Parts: sequence; C-alpha cells; structure tokens
Amino acid sequence: MRSQKKINVIKKIIIYLLLLIFVFYACFPVIWMISTSFKSPGEVFQSPPRFKPRFFTTSAYMAIFTNPVKRAYFWNSIIVSLVVTTFTLFVSILTAYAFSRFEFKGKRLMSVFVINTQAVPPIALMIPFFSIIVKIKFYDTLWALISTYLVFTLPYGILMMTGYFNTISKSLDEAVEVDGGSSWTILWRILVPISLPGIVATAIYTFIQSWNEYLYALTLTRSSNMRTIPIGIQLLMGEHAYTWNEMMAMSVLGALPVLILFLFGQKYFIAGMTSGSVKS
Amino acid sequence: MKTLSLLSLTDSQKKKLVPYKYVTLGMILLILLMLYPIITVIVYSFLDKVVTTKTHNLVGFENFRVLFKDSLFWTSMWNTLVYTVFCVVAHLVIGLIMAMLLNSDTLSPPVKTLARVLLILPWVFTVTIVTSLWRLLLNSEGVINYWLQYFDIINRPIGWFAEFGLAMPAVIFVNIWAGYPFHMISLLAGLQGISKDLYEAATIDGANGFQKFLHITIPQLEPIILSVTMLDVIWTMRVYAIVYMTTGGGPGTETEVLGTYIYKKAFTELNFTLASACSVVILLLSIILSFFYSKAQSSKGAAL
Repeated sequence: MRSQKKINVIKKIIIYLLLLIFVFYACFPVIWMISTSFKSPGEVFQSPPRFKPRFFTTSAYMAIFTNPVKRAYFWNSIIVSLVVTTFTLFVSILTAYAFSRFEFKGKRLMSVFVINTQAVPPIALMIPFFSIIVKIKFYDTLWALISTYLVFTLPYGILMMTGYFNTISKSLDEAVEVDGGSSWTILWRILVPISLPGIVATAIYTFIQSWNEYLYALTLTRSSNMRTIPIGIQLLMGEHAYTWNEMMAMSVLGALPVLILFLFGQKYFIAGMTSGSVKS
Repeated sequence: MKTLSLLSLTDSQKKKLVPYKYVTLGMILLILLMLYPIITVIVYSFLDKVVTTKTHNLVGFENFRVLFKDSLFWTSMWNTLVYTVFCVVAHLVIGLIMAMLLNSDTLSPPVKTLARVLLILPWVFTVTIVTSLWRLLLNSEGVINYWLQYFDIINRPIGWFAEFGLAMPAVIFVNIWAGYPFHMISLLAGLQGISKDLYEAATIDGANGFQKFLHITIPQLEPIILSVTMLDVIWTMRVYAIVYMTTGGGPGTETEVLGTYIYKKAFTELNFTLASACSVVILLLSIILSFFYSKAQSSKGAAL
C-alpha cells in the first residue's frame, strides 16, 4: 500500500514537471516579447540577457502611438475584421438556416461544395485574386481585403452555424409555423436568439481569422495607409531591423484584441477550433 | 375547384422555393469568390503572358512542361513534403502528450483550466508575430544562442535561419510551436469523450498504463487523429508566410517550398504564367487530399 502511495507521488511530480516544461515552452516566447517591448533598443541583445528590463521604457509604444501611419494599421485591421465578421455572420446564418431546416434540390451538392472550399489553399487563389482585384479597381483598398477574406470565413461560418442549428429541436419552429409565423420569423425570432452561443463562437473565430490574415493583405494592398497589422509588423522588420523593441510592442498591441477575445470567449474559441475535426 | 388546386399548387411551389431564398446569397458569393478564381487560375495555366499583358495565346500544357522541367520546382516540392511530414507528426505527438496531461486526473480542475489557456496561447498569434518573435529569440545575439553557449551546448552563436542544414529544422521548429495547439485541443475533446468505464474494466483485467494507452486510448481517438492529421496536412503544405519571413527560402534553395516558389515566380519574376501552373498543382494536391478527408468524414456519418 505504501509503495503504491509512493508511486502516486512520483507520478504526480512527473506530471507537474512535464506540464511546467510545456507551459514554459508555450509561454516563454510570449513573455520575452512583452519584456522586449519595454526595453530600450540598446538593451534588446544585451549579454547576459535579462528578463526584467534594466531601464523600463514605453518609448516603443509611444513611437507607435504617435505615428499616424502605424495607427492606421490598427484602424484598417479593425474596420476589415468588423465588416468581414458582420457580413460573414449574416450570410452564414441565412445559408445555415436553409441547410439545417429544409430539404431541397441541390442541397447535397451545395454542402459538398461548402465543405470542400475549405481545402482550397489561399496561395492557389493569390494570382487570380490579384488580377481580378486589379481589374475591378479594388487594388490597394480595404475592399480588396474584405471581399477576399470572405472566401475563407464564409465556408467556416456556414458549417459552424449549420452545426449549431442542427442541435436545436425543430419542435419550436413547428409551433411558430402552426401559429402562422413565416420562416423569416422562425429564423430571427426563435433560432437566432437560441443560437447566440454558436453565433458568438462563429464571430470570434471569424474576427480572429480576419485580424490575423497575412497573404492577401500583403499582395492586394500596397500603400502604407492601407496596410493591416500583420503587414505592419513585417514592414517594421524590413525597414530598420534594429528596432526590435518597437516590433515587439507592435506585436503585443496587435495580439491584444485577439488575446482578449480568446481569454474571455475561451469556450467559444475552443468550439470554433474543434468544430472542423471533432464531431460529437 | 380548379382555382383551389391551382392555388394549392402555387402554395406548395412557393414552399419549395423558400430554402433557395436563404441559400442564394451565400452560394452566389462562394461561386464568385471561390469557383470563379479557381477557374481563372486553371485557364491562366494554359495561357501565356497572363496578368502582365492583355493578349494571350493558348499554349496547352506548355506551362506545365516548363514547370516540371524546373529543378527548383521539384526542390520546392520535396521541401514542402519534408516540412509537412515533420510538422504534422510533431504536432500530433506533442498535441497528444499535452492532451493526455490536461486530461489526467492528477491535476486539479483550476490547474487544468489555467494550463489549457497557457498551452493554446501560441495558436492565437498571427504569423508575422510568430516569425518576428522567433527571429528575435533565435537571433545570433539572442537569448537562445546565449543560453546554449552558456551551457556549452554550442561554442559559437548560430544563425539558425541562415545556415545550411539548420534552416529547415529551424523553420519546422517555429511551425511546431505555432501549430500544436490545434491537435492538443481536438485530441483533448476526444479524450474527454472516452468512457471511464473502459479504463476501469481494463484495470480490473490487470492492464498497465501503456496497454491501456495502446488498446483503449489510441483506437478510441483514431477517427479524430485521422481527421486532424488530414486537415493539418492540407493546412501545412500551403505554407508560405513562415518560410518567407524567416529564411526567405534560403540559404540557397534549402527551404524553398511551393508557396514561396509561387510567390517569387509571380511577384519577383513577374512570371504569372508559371506561378499559375504551380498554383494549379498545389490546388490539385489539396483537392485530392480533401477528397480523402471528406470520405473519412462521411464514413463517420458527420457534417451537414
């Protein structure tokens, strides 16, 4: 009995130790990013490296806040992500409603299409998008980003919302239908309010996808006042490779909205992450 | 009588049209945004001088012939394969170990919740943050080189992204950090779905931890492992940003992947034709893989 207890203690120690190592692996880069963002440029590569800045300074943050071009990165990211999220939600709710509540000709084909669009790699559409966006004069505008981001947020949104609608019993809709309510009423008065958790999950996931998008922001915009945060960080890297503190400050600021969404909507975030691979 | 039947006919017809009212907008958008560009890029791959000039000639499979003769294309293909295999396997192994840790009864619920949040963290950052972060850490003057020298593991600072033989492992390393949380979370959801009775029964039968892992955990997780791996392969082989921003495909062509190959052909050499042909190749590969993926999915009786 005693040796069993001893084994359990050892097991506990090993598990906690492993966990500690993994947490360190996951978090050390993030902690270092935050620490570097408060250092002066001269201290970034100081030897020996110090976690706590010797001269704590917010100069990197000030350099970003006082620069109108760098502030524009944030506004652009916010506008694009909000518009894409709103539009994705609206279209996904409509489409998912049809998929979840009706049987109709072509449904199977359409759903196969929606599922398989997820496999299409963004890089494969880069060239046609570039030429189409230039042709319709969207090049170097936020519209270029809004329209192309939808191509990846929509299929995901539709699938997530269909999944949520499917979990809700049809008896409620039928009751409304008997009372003479239209399908439009059923959707917006019954289904949507009940599906709020699903809608929040879809919204969080869509927002983060748009906020973090890189490839199309890189190829479909050019002038610095049309750039989004991911590109802004990269531009800092290219321009003057030595302002690491500013790059890290920009990274911290750029990650902040996503982190907040993630921490407060953790449950929803995880639901979004797994909805593609785990089916209950 | 006649009007009544006519009325009821239009009524049922109307009813049949209802779903289309809801599905049309989404479908039109997806056709415009997805199908049209796909067709465009396929057409491009059979033309010459696309994007840069207004008149094109149909050249048949000429572009593909040129592409398949380009040794850099095959290098990129090979590198993409190596990169994908190592990343996906590492994601799976690390993700599974972490998921099992997070599912262990030894940890108290608050510890579990906190650890889960901290372990997902790398997943939420955009690719430019991930790459600038690791460029800082792996910089020749950076903290990792400092500690490795301090502990005498290396005797000179190493430019991880610039040295032959190290650049590819370094890029893979960065991807592993950013990519494992997806596996961890999916597998954790899978583990939580396994009935405790199975393990208890096995304990009564005298099975040890490893036997339980092999004969209960793995078979129970198999469908999730399969779909997560398939998805990850599809996602990982389209790599562009991580490579472009850490090594730029170098040193030499050591980390050149299909993504960077397409980007460079298009926007550095302005050879949109060849880039289109390569895009079609990566598109076809993805579609083939996703075909297997949806097969696996539908055999589980899932989705819509």
